Amino acid sequence: MKAQTILLDPTDERGADMRPRRDPLPSLEGKTVALLDIAKARGDVFLDRLEERLSEQGVGVKRFMKPTNTRNSPAELNQDLAAGADAVVEALSD
Amino acid sequence: MQTSLPDSGYALIVKRDCPTCELIVPVAAELVTSGLPLHVYSQDDPGFPESVSDVVDDRELFASWKFQVETVPSLIRIENGAESARAEGWHRGEWRALTGVESIGTDLPEQQPGCGSMSVDPGMVEELMVRYGDSSAEARPVTVTYPMDPVEACFDRGWSDGLPVVPPTEVRLLRMLEGTSRKPNEVIGDIPPSMAPCTVEKAALNAVMAGCKPEYFPIVLAAIEAVLEPEFSMHGVLCTTDFVGPWVIVNGPMAKRAGMNSGVNALGQGNRANATIGRALQLVIRNVGGGRPGEIDRSTLGQPGKYTACFAEAEDAENWTPLATRRGVPQGKSAVTVFAGAGVQPIWDERSRVPESLAMSFAQALCAIGHPKRFGFHDAMLVISPDHQRIFSEHGWDPDRIREAVIGYTARPAAELARGAGGNAEGLLPAQIGDAEVINKFSPTNQLLIVRAGGPAGLISAIISGWAASGERGSSPVTKEISV
Repeated sequence: MKAQTILLDPTDERGADMRPRRDPLPSLEGKTVALLDIAKARGDVFLDRLEERLSEQGVGVKRFMKPTNTRNSPAELNQDLAAGADAVVEALSD
Repeated sequence: MQTSLPDSGYALIVKRDCPTCELIVPVAAELVTSGLPLHVYSQDDPGFPESVSDVVDDRELFASWKFQVETVPSLIRIENGAESARAEGWHRGEWRALTGVESIGTDLPEQQPGCGSMSVDPGMVEELMVRYGDSSAEARPVTVTYPMDPVEACFDRGWSDGLPVVPPTEVRLLRMLEGTSRKPNEVIGDIPPSMAPCTVEKAALNAVMAGCKPEYFPIVLAAIEAVLEPEFSMHGVLCTTDFVGPWVIVNGPMAKRAGMNSGVNALGQGNRANATIGRALQLVIRNVGGGRPGEIDRSTLGQPGKYTACFAEAEDAENWTPLATRRGVPQGKSAVTVFAGAGVQPIWDERSRVPESLAMSFAQALCAIGHPKRFGFHDAMLVISPDHQRIFSEHGWDPDRIREAVIGYTARPAAELARGAGGNAEGLLPAQIGDAEVINKFSPTNQLLIVRAGGPAGLISAIISGWAASGERGSSPVTKEISV
């Protein structure tokens, strides 16, 4: 297996060669933020505090959790995040 | 990996999987024993030949590539860093003259041809060009690190039409470019909607992703050139709310050489050339031109032909002149015709046995395209099957006669086509009707193309509806001769 593959850009190369990040939300007003616990120790402590602060500001909050920190999140969880929230805060812990 | 070659002496390139290389093993030993400054390179087994103690491992084919070896064994004399003589295969006289060692190969046959060098195995040349830096690709490199799947990386970067693409590596690019004599940096034209210049290299990368073989590539290039003609109005075809995309119809010997389908299921799936040539064109529009659905592509519904829409005409029939020939390309030349078309509408007529009746069926079906009361707006392509064409041919009707008759049969009383007539709000304005009493579906401002394709059984033909803005108001078909 090759350690890396070099592809040649088939586009007009006017965009960045890295996948661009999505712009941050201009405001949290009226938005819902997903708080994702990746199932590592004490991630919940951080997210609990974050939930308190966001809720005080009237921002909607939804809590999500990965089944295990050792594997990629399941497709169903990714779909729930994409469909259910405007932004995600992921507690990496450690 | 090797990085240098000897400045003087002799290079012998061999591989174990070659009977002639096996044959000359004793000769290699004799040459070493004679004191000849011999460097032996083995392409497949550094332990071969056993009779030589310091064989150079050339499994990476560095020396074979640098020496441009095509045959093994090859014996090369090097003086002052340059080759001065070479013998390919085994020929006793040549080897003796080249080395000056008169005693070699006495027990061997006088001569025996060699085998192909592994450095010229199919596909290997391009691999080695990339490996040893002899290529000149200009496109920006994008690194995909294991374990990311390169196919998924193409999806992530938005390079795909929704189906998996072949990852566009430099090796695959070089193979694709073998399909044309045109220079990679030649600009074909500016691709709408962003009007970005498209080089032959960019077109080749998209042809790679579409799954084309190199022999399809000249057809792809001709199709790109055709849609860039102003009268095709590729920008409008892309951004319209209509269904249309570019259909590509291929005529001439190149269609046969590429293995294109003009027969059973010609408009459908299953043929690599049909599928990938049309797809390559669409990928160029997407990737080079930036024409993506939901952005500039504003089609309300789209249609499956926007993935790919390409077929060859079934030209070989009596009383039939190929489409490209009717459009000015000399017979025997290959050409593409591009047509802004939507999906396929079937026509069944299993009862007509005379051309007039069959032409009438075609006309009635054609009247429905766009809307039964929209006359003079849409182009159309009529795809006549062999069974239907035979009925015309038996009565001496050629494509021009068919076209004339079909258009004639589309005539409808103008009063029935007026806006609001029959309680239907759609239809023509008074200014569009003028003082006409009857109106044909197809007027001088739009066109009815006729092609022949399909399997040998079935009294079935098809309509590919054109854009609502056909002709001078929008898109006209364009035919381009294919050059290699």
